[in-house]
Amino acid sequence: MTATADKAGSQAVETVNVTIDGKAISVAKDTLIIRAAEQVGIEIPRFCDHPLLKPAGACRQCLVDVASPGPDGNLRAFPKPQASCTMTVTEGMVVNTQNTSEEAERAQKGVMELLLINHPLDCPVCDKGGECPLQNQAMSHGNAESRFVDVKRVFEKPLALSSEILLDRERCVLCQRCTRFSDEIAGDSFIDLQNRGAMQQIGTFNEDVLGFDGYGPVGIAAEDESGGAFSSYFSGNTVQICPVGALTSSAYRFRARPFDLVSAAGISEHDSSGSAIRTDHRRGVILRRLADNDPTVNEEWITDKDRFAFAWQNMPDRLTRPLVRNDEGDLVEASWPQAIAAAAAGLREAVSGKKAKGVGVLPGGRITLEDAYAYGKFARVVLGTNDVDVRTRIASDEEQSFLGSSVASTGLGVTFADLERAPSVLLVGFEPEDEGGVVFLRMKKSSPKQQVFTVAPFLSRGAHKLGAQLVEAVPGYEGTVLAGLTKAADAVKALSEPGSVIVVGERVAGAPGAFTEALALADRTGARVVWIPRRAGERGAVEAGALPGLLPGGGDVAVAKARKAVASAWGVDDLPRTRGRDVTGILTAASARQLDALVVGGVQPTDLTADMIKALKAAKFVVSLEVRRTDATELADVVLPVAPPSEKSGTFVNWEGRLRGFATAIKTDAMSDHRVLDMLARELGVDLGTATVDAVNAELVTLGVLEDSARMAAPAVEAPAAKAAEKAASVAAGTKSLTLASWHQLIDEGSLQEGEPYLAGTGRIAVARMSPATAEAVGVKEGLVSVQGTHQSSIDLPVVITDMVDGVVWLPAKSPGSWVAATLGLAPGDSVSVKGGV
Amino acid sequence: MTDSNDAVWEVNRERDGGHQPFESNLPKLSGMGEVLAPVAGFGISLRNFFRPTVTEQYPREKVPTMPRYHGRHQLNRYADGLEKCIGCELCAWACPADAIYVEGADNPLDAAMSPGERYGRVYQINYLRCIFCGLCIEACPTRALTMTNEYELAGPTREGLIYEKQDLLAPMGENMLAAPHPMVPGVGDEAYYRGEVTEVDPAQVDWVREHRPEEPTLPENRKRHAEPVEADRG
Ligand code: SF4
Ligand code: SF4
Ligand code: SF4
Ligand code: FES
Repeated sequence: MTATADKAGSQAVETVNVTIDGKAISVAKDTLIIRAAEQVGIEIPRFCDHPLLKPAGACRQCLVDVASPGPDGNLRAFPKPQASCTMTVTEGMVVNTQNTSEEAERAQKGVMELLLINHPLDCPVCDKGGECPLQNQAMSHGNAESRFVDVKRVFEKPLALSSEILLDRERCVLCQRCTRFSDEIAGDSFIDLQNRGAMQQIGTFNEDVLGFDGYGPVGIAAEDESGGAFSSYFSGNTVQICPVGALTSSAYRFRARPFDLVSAAGISEHDSSGSAIRTDHRRGVILRRLADNDPTVNEEWITDKDRFAFAWQNMPDRLTRPLVRNDEGDLVEASWPQAIAAAAAGLREAVSGKKAKGVGVLPGGRITLEDAYAYGKFARVVLGTNDVDVRTRIASDEEQSFLGSSVASTGLGVTFADLERAPSVLLVGFEPEDEGGVVFLRMKKSSPKQQVFTVAPFLSRGAHKLGAQLVEAVPGYEGTVLAGLTKAADAVKALSEPGSVIVVGERVAGAPGAFTEALALADRTGARVVWIPRRAGERGAVEAGALPGLLPGGGDVAVAKARKAVASAWGVDDLPRTRGRDVTGILTAASARQLDALVVGGVQPTDLTADMIKALKAAKFVVSLEVRRTDATELADVVLPVAPPSEKSGTFVNWEGRLRGFATAIKTDAMSDHRVLDMLARELGVDLGTATVDAVNAELVTLGVLEDSARMAAPAVEAPAAKAAEKAASVAAGTKSLTLASWHQLIDEGSLQEGEPYLAGTGRIAVARMSPATAEAVGVKEGLVSVQGTHQSSIDLPVVITDMVDGVVWLPAKSPGSWVAATLGLAPGDSVSVKGGV
Repeated sequence: MTDSNDAVWEVNRERDGGHQPFESNLPKLSGMGEVLAPVAGFGISLRNFFRPTVTEQYPREKVPTMPRYHGRHQLNRYADGLEKCIGCELCAWACPADAIYVEGADNPLDAAMSPGERYGRVYQINYLRCIFCGLCIEACPTRALTMTNEYELAGPTREGLIYEKQDLLAPMGENMLAAPHPMVPGVGDEAYYRGEVTEVDPAQVDWVREHRPEEPTLPENRKRHAEPVEADRG
């Protein structure tokens, strides 16, 4: 399938022969005894062992009898039972587990008794009850009676590690899974073992454990401006792997029992990684989400956003019935037939009425492949326009050419495994931790072996954890920086190693020439380029052709051959010939009344720098397909409620190009966008053929991949001259005008994170960042700075002096108090004015 | 039995390969016995004629059940009025008829419904399902759930037979103080489980007085209302 399989197959694996409970087996060298036993179906009880964490030997529950041949070839037994999770098998080893050795069984029972000495046995109030490894193994491998009659050790409970993660220390068995996860996998060593003996416990920030200079945390701990002790983006995973109920989440604490819950496999809607999740629901209400095991994608980890941000789907403002604007101008509930008829009438007027100026379509970036396909086809076949753009963020033509030439219909390209194995990675306009989630975790696995370079204004905390080397760039000039990388540059040398990867993020669209230069750099070095957008639906939309110049199958609308192929598959004569407007173009045209109507999907006006509210007000007719009431639905003429991800089925295409199909978790009568569009098209006299997921997928298969000559040409945009970049970088002290840098932090005020205050509490505090020289030039040392763009309103944030490129101020894109697009109306690379001491 | 039936018997027996004529297993009666056999059954009626009646005049007259009769459930309270149920759902888990539905929730300790961190926010027993086996009360770790002797569990609607928490909660005892209020100061939930809390603490009364002055179970309001409070059955 992939290079992974090939590579693994080509390497001859050295094996050793062992006997476990009398069963002979040959396993790969360096296999742990506990894993070898699993292979012959023998389960050894364990707490600290976790296949994705390094062995620790902390709990001693996995003791087994081991004998191995000595130098003379005779079998020699170890004098005491050994921890099977830390010992690897050797040739001729004989292992006797609790099944065949009384000694091993006695040892395991003894350990269990010790573990339970201070365990409160408060299963009735404990959230792990019913799915607890300690409960289960105490039943299967423990003594039925306790000999312990004394008073147990107690701790104050619960200890809030963060607003989301709570720790009941008395339940802890000190297996250190949580601390090892935080340290090895997430790289956030905010919690660690503290004290000794009976008082040994897991705890948060401790001056002996973490850097502490007498006043406050230093070093790695200091990076966390929230002052929170455990503000890791991945902290929820510790709750899932804790083998007892010591770690719980505020969101799920005391809410349910596992036997109440119905589990459904799904795919997270929060980022383009397509992480496998499990949704647990009860009576139609989602109670929690867990990471599912998918070794090819997210392994067993997900971000806290994937795990905890699901409340948005069932907020009180959820739309359940269509709304139609009545003659008085109020939005009132209507039946589906009424609403569809009203929407069709309005759109018909905008398409074929006298002096009709047409319709623009903005599906939003979080839709499934099927929905994106339906929006694209609806725009082209029903509305007769190419004005459809799924990107509700900074976007450019160069980006579209890049997507059309190098991303669309290229299938599975660079994979998670490739990224993990890459000897070096260059990140351009992409923050793996904030914008990629599990992408960061996979790269972290290879750290510090993997050389990472990041083209960014400063080394973010995530990049720092990856040991990345900063290639300083003023936002907007990433292309210039890439062009300026000579053969002698470290990054170029490193990228020349086979298997290297260049990652470009969605923000690159704001940097002219950056896509062109990234492709050129790839040519120069032999590295592969991969595009990792933030939103879950963007790659799918590229495949489905929901972009102004892109048809499904990778075709370019400007190429007759591509149009013909798609038109014949769709059973129409021709498709609109010219590339349509992009998101900004559509909104500007609507504001200027050059468009009559808009069809809007899941788009938040606050995400856009263009004035979407103005466009919605100016447009004569607006149809909105939304899950919840938003600013956009309030201005629509017809609102058609659509299903949130847990109530529909479909496919997300993750950034690898992997199809991540998911089934409906909770069956309701809510409909997907593609089904609603199909109904709407029918009312307009067109059979769109997108009523079901299967129908869409069948059409996509028929369309297939268009030949190269029908595709877009690679972008060829010149990056701004180095001079200009230098000028931007030199502080324009007199005008106090700086270049804006910004990206979304993983946990912020995105609309899919609403309704989850505990999660919000773990987000990083919003700060503005400037270099020391810049700060001096604009005259701020500490305290608040006020950043102002073209709008009247400003963003006031505490400033943090950071080692970064001069002439730039960085703001989080949508964190509390810092909604950059909405407040400033600007995107990264634009210039802002900064005032200190407000 | 008629002749024609006998004939059928015979035919069947022959078809089945049996050739012996039919013979009854019953002991053969002789003489008087055979003559009186048809009326012997009336003897039983006659005998019961002279025994005391056992017919109960329900519903005009209600006879007490046996003391351990499994009747309607009850959710008990501690002496200070806090609920014993901690929302653990073990009763729901144990129930073979899937008759119980519980939702736990975080128990705010400054205005507690029960001792400890968790309480039962939703508690329902569906008496259309319950088979009165009592496994639930065996499972309950806090003796919150017990069974009363009440057996009149019939009704015209399905909803009516799904008993909610307020239908199942024991009535307030004479000196109890209705939840929510804080636990007795200075003790943990274990003290409750060990039965060491035997009365309402004045601090709890003060708290309720401050937060819910109209609370009918406050001593002053109790006198004013002077309504007969049902004795605790828990
Ligand atoms: S909190 Fe859980 S995962 Fe962490 S050491 Fe204790 S038992 Fe292990
Ligand atoms: S008595 Fe038996 S059937 Fe009825 S609720 Fe209890 S466990 Fe269920
Ligand atoms: S009644 Fe008892 S078993 Fe049932 S939830 Fe309450 S405490 Fe648990
Ligand atoms: S599982 Fe082996 S020591 Fe914990």
